[in-house]
Parts: sequence; structure tokens; C-alpha cells
Amino acid sequence: MKIPALLRISPAMAPYVFLSPFVLLFLVFGVFPLLFSLYLAFQTWEPTSGLEAMKFVGLDNFAFALQDDWFWKSLKNTGWLAIVSGVPQHLVAIPLAYFIHSSFKGLRNAVVGAYFMPYITSTVAIAILFSSLFSTDYGLINVGLQMMSHVPVLGWLMPQNPVDWLNDPDNIKPAISMIVFWRYVGFNVVLYLAALQTIPKDIYEAATMDGAGRLQQFWFITLPSLKPMIFFGVTLSVIGGLQLFEEPFILTGGRGGSDQAGMTTAIYLYRMAFDFNDFGAASAMSWLLFIVVALLTWLTNRLFRPRGASV
Amino acid sequence: MRCWLFHSWKILVVLSLTGLALHKAQAGQADALPRQTLIVAAYPAVDEIVKANIPLWKRLHPDVDIKVVSRQFTDHHTAMTTALSTSFYLPDVMALEVGYLGRFSQGGGLEDLSLQPYGIKRFESRYVPYAFKQATNNKGAVVAAPGDIGPGTLLYRTDLLKQAGVSEQDLTLSWESYVTAGIKIKAATGAYLLAHARDMKDIVIRTGVKPGDGLYFDSQSNVLVTSPRFVRAFELARMVRQQKLDAKVIAWSNEWSEGFKRGTIATQMSGAWLSGHMNNWLAPSTRGLWRASQLPEHSFAAFGGTFFAIPKGVQAAHKQLAWEFIQMMTLNREVQLSAFKTQDAFPALIETYDAPFFELPIEFLGGQKARVIWREAAKNITAIAIHKQDAFADEVINTELDKVLDRGKDIKVALADAQRLLHQRAFR
Repeated sequence: MKIPALLRISPAMAPYVFLSPFVLLFLVFGVFPLLFSLYLAFQTWEPTSGLEAMKFVGLDNFAFALQDDWFWKSLKNTGWLAIVSGVPQHLVAIPLAYFIHSSFKGLRNAVVGAYFMPYITSTVAIAILFSSLFSTDYGLINVGLQMMSHVPVLGWLMPQNPVDWLNDPDNIKPAISMIVFWRYVGFNVVLYLAALQTIPKDIYEAATMDGAGRLQQFWFITLPSLKPMIFFGVTLSVIGGLQLFEEPFILTGGRGGSDQAGMTTAIYLYRMAFDFNDFGAASAMSWLLFIVVALLTWLTNRLFRPRGASV
Repeated sequence: MRCWLFHSWKILVVLSLTGLALHKAQAGQADALPRQTLIVAAYPAVDEIVKANIPLWKRLHPDVDIKVVSRQFTDHHTAMTTALSTSFYLPDVMALEVGYLGRFSQGGGLEDLSLQPYGIKRFESRYVPYAFKQATNNKGAVVAAPGDIGPGTLLYRTDLLKQAGVSEQDLTLSWESYVTAGIKIKAATGAYLLAHARDMKDIVIRTGVKPGDGLYFDSQSNVLVTSPRFVRAFELARMVRQQKLDAKVIAWSNEWSEGFKRGTIATQMSGAWLSGHMNNWLAPSTRGLWRASQLPEHSFAAFGGTFFAIPKGVQAAHKQLAWEFIQMMTLNREVQLSAFKTQDAFPALIETYDAPFFELPIEFLGGQKARVIWREAAKNITAIAIHKQDAFADEVINTELDKVLDRGKDIKVALADAQRLLHQRAFR
């Protein structure tokens, strides 16, 4: 079938036409909200009065955010969760990937698939499942701990009373961290497995011939070769950890839990806007969070970037 | 460059022709169907109540369809905030829960129903007084019409009380006697007096609010959380926790519903509608074991309530229809009673209160004529002024109470900390 001349696109135009759907969507859903939130950060706004109700307040929202106890509390929570859930992800994922890479042949894909499964499972389903598992009186986790408390010796380490996982401020963060760790460790395993496959086998063969053991090979060959991927993985964890929202949001009923112990900065921003009706302060806080993310990403870059790299 | 311009011209022509064709097609459809559609945005179970009344509406307005846009509770109010802020996708009528009404009434996005052509004030005496006041903002504008209310009640397990030798009067005489009764119930049955000490605090801080004051702020936005009603509420809650009388579970959690099913929670303060939820899905196996009374110490409080509002951005031609729809939902005795019977939506319309339905025994409550108690409560509840920082204040007070209960923080220090935090926000 011949395309009418009117609808024909010249080769010179084709790239622009094919790119336009993405560019358009990116402008509408990416650039516009960014610019709008930047604009909003300098305004006070009662949203139910319409867009015309905005009033310019200069840096007031930023000043308020920096003096707000809850903003700092949410930043501390976010940092705690990012470290406690993020660091173990890599400490476990690297040796695990190495173990899977070197020990599994036929079953490798199935094992990787099993670890990757939580990453692709719906967050809502995960959070609902875990809120049931973490239930104080009827949750399987406490039932398991109670059963283990009857085992000699091991019983001494177990709590005597059911642990109030989701209502006690001391327990909310560990509970959230466990879920985040469980969810993302598989993703990091896949990252490191991909990196492991790029390490030439002859280096290991040479090391074996020189008498290096498996541990030495891991320490002196694998780990240094993984450094670029560690940089990438840690950067993703820093950014993801600082933007943590879904898991704590659902686990704490959208409020951040008792004493706001599970309230991350992302949750607080959401609550400032939609629960406390302060879109201006919420926008200012989101830009402050952006500065924190940018700084920490830069720091990660400084720490992990390969020597001699220009970035 | 010339080529690019040439192609742009071609694309524009094609798009224009397509747009023209679509417009023609739509215009043709409109000619064939000169109907109007009134969009009503609601949440469960208000959406069911609206849908049930569509046949009545169609009898009054055969040429106007009703389209119900239903969302989950929080999603609905978020969507309404977004719609009002951008004036896009505004429904003709929006249902609002009382907790959100306060916030929405502070803005200027809702029609003032006291003005013409609405003139809701001529119907004021027909609505439950406190509900009408809740819909009136501090500038005197009536931004919504009350659809249903939630008079507070104390539900208690009669079997557990009997076992402990405690009477209803012991429970309700005063807050102190309520706690003393709880100690006896715990000793005799092992059941907790209530789900969470916070539930009691929520009622006690509502007693003794001065006219014109809000719960947490006065009319000048001064913070009131160090006042005696807060101190007493915190002291009573601490007494409950020290005596291990609360199950430390939050409403609507798994433990909460299990507590009702297993009989480990002896009383619950809530809206009258809770008995319906208990009967239908929370704890149907406990049918006949519960009774209802007024809240302790002659306290009267409201738990929830639905209002109907018209956004200012709605097209003028629909505003009159929207108002007629609201009148049908809120001022029609049969509509109000039918919602009460089917969805436990307690009427906000006073003229329903003489209906024989109020005198009927409730099977779940062992045949008790509890609606009479709730009717009495509805007449006695007083409206509390709303402040735009109420939601935040509620959260701050609950946080400080948790610190008092769980960490032994001194009450005066806790309330002073809350005062400081709220003062920072009071004028934002």
C-alpha cells in the first residue's frame, strides 16, 4: 500500500517525529512538575481555593522547613533506613552473587529468579503481607520467635513477650529495613552477577596457577573488578534509600507510625501537602531533599569512582 | 528548515481536519441526545446511597442523568483537593467527610450555600444543629449541607460486664468510674477495657471546650493544648495504661477486629455506625453480646459525618441542578431514612427523628432500642470550631501521648513540647 504524499515523513524529520512522544510526555510529566514544584516552593497556597490563590512568600517555606523538628526527624529516619537497609544489601549481594556465579550451573537462572522475585512483586502486596506477618498477637514472625524461645540456649536470645513491631517506635525502623533489604537484595545480586560475567576467566586461571585460594581470588580479583558496579549499585541505593516511600507508607498506615519513627522525608513531604495542606512547605522540603540526594550522590562518586576516571 | 516547516504545515492540516471531523461527530451526538449529566463524586458507602436514589432523581428530572464517580475514601479527598486546586475534572456535587470539610471550608473553592439562589439558611432548623455549624466556616459561609452524622456512643460487652459484676452506670458515671470498672473487668475476665488509651483521650479533650474555641486552637490561633482538659485526658490515659487496661491496638487494624471477635476488648467508643460494621463483618459472631450507652460522664461527641458541597468552578447551568440534588439527599425524609436503614448513615435531618424505625430493637445489640440513645446524643453534640492545623495538631498530641504512655514522659513537659511545635505552625 502506498502512503499518501501528505502523510509521508522525510528522513530529516523522522527523528523528531519519532522522538516527539517521549519528549512530549517528559515535558508534561517530568519537566513541568519539577518547575511547578520549584515555583510552589516560593509560594503560600490554599489549594482548595484554586491556582489564583498562590501568594509569593520568598524563602519563608525554606526557612520554615529548616526550623521544622519533624523535617529533621524525617531526614534522620531516612538516613537510618537508607544505611541499615542499604549497606547489608551490598554486603550480602556481592558474596551471594559470587557464590551463585561460581557454584550454580544449571539451576543458576532459577536461583537468581527466586532472589529477584521480591523486586518485581507489587509493593502494596508485600507491605500488606508483611503487616500481617508483623502482627503483634497473631503474626507469624512473633509466633516463630515464641516457638524458638522454647529451644534450649536459643530461647535465651528470644524476646519473652510478643514484639510490637509496627507500633513501638523502637521496632518500626528495623521492621521496615528488613523488608527493604529482602526486597532489593535480589536486584543487587543481578547487578553483580552481570558484572562478574565481564571478568575474564584467564585472570582466575592465572591466579589459580599462582596458588591463590578462592577467598584470595575473591578479595584480590573479584572485588576490585566489581568496583565500577559497586559504585553504580551504591548510587542507586543512596538515591532509592533517600526517596523511600511505599514500604513505610503502607506499613504505617500512611502516617509514619508511632512517634513518626517510620516517617521518611518522602512520606513527610506527601503528608505536608495532602494531609496538612501545606503545598508550599512540601515543595521547599522536596528541593532540600534533592540537595541532600545530590550531595550524597556526589560523595558516593568521590568514594567509589575508579581511579583516574574523570567523572 | 524549509522542509521541516513544510511538514509541520502538513501535520497541522491533518490534525485540524481530524479535529474538525471529531467535533462534528460530537456535535451530531449532542444534537441527538439533549441530555444533561450531573456528576457526583463520593466515597463508600455514600456512593451506594447516591446510587440507590437515582430512580427517585430520575422521576423528578427525567432528562438529567446522574454519574457517580466513586473512589476510596482517601483517594476521593485527594482527588477533590486536586480538582479544586486546578478547576479541572470538578464534579457538580462532592461528598466530603467532616474531617476534610474543615480544610476545604477554609479555602474559597466551594459555593456559599447561604447565598442566593441556594439560601440554605431557611432550612437550618431542619438539620441537626451541630452538623449545620460544622458546615459553616469562620467567615459565616455555609459551604456544604449535612448528609449524615456520627453520634458518639459507648459499645460494651454485656457478658464481660456481668462476669465482672460491673453495671452500665459504673462504666458511664464518670471517667474515673469508667477506669475503675475497667480494673474489675480486667481482673475478672482478662479482657482489656478499651482498644487504645488514645480513644479515651480523644473524647476527654472534647469536653469543656469553650464556645468559639476549637479543639487545639482558639479563635485567635492561640494554642490550647496545655489547658486542663488536655492535662486530665493525658492523666486518665496514663492511668489506663498503668493499669494495663488498653490493648494498645489501633482502630481498623487486624488486632482490633480480632479483639472484638475473641472478646478481649470489653468496650469501644465510636460513632453509632460501628455497631453496623460489627454486625456485618467485624464481629458478627458476637451478635447479642453488645449493648450501647451514652459516652461516660455525659460526654457527647461526633464521630464522622458526610456533607455535600458544590464547587465554585462548576458550570453555572449545573449549579441549580446540583443544589436540587443536594436538597433531595439531605432534606428528603425518605431518602435520609432509607440511607439509615441500609447503610447505617445516621440522619442529619431532624424531621426523621420521630420515625418508628428509631424505636425498633437492634438484634446485634440484644434487642436494645439503641437508636433512641443515639438520637439523644445527636441533639446534644456541640460543634467545635475548626482550625486549618487541626490534622497536624491531632498528630502532635497523639505523638506526645505515646511518649507519655510508652516512655514515661512527664505530662506537663509533653504538652509544653506539643504547644511549642503547634505554635510554630498556628499562623501558617
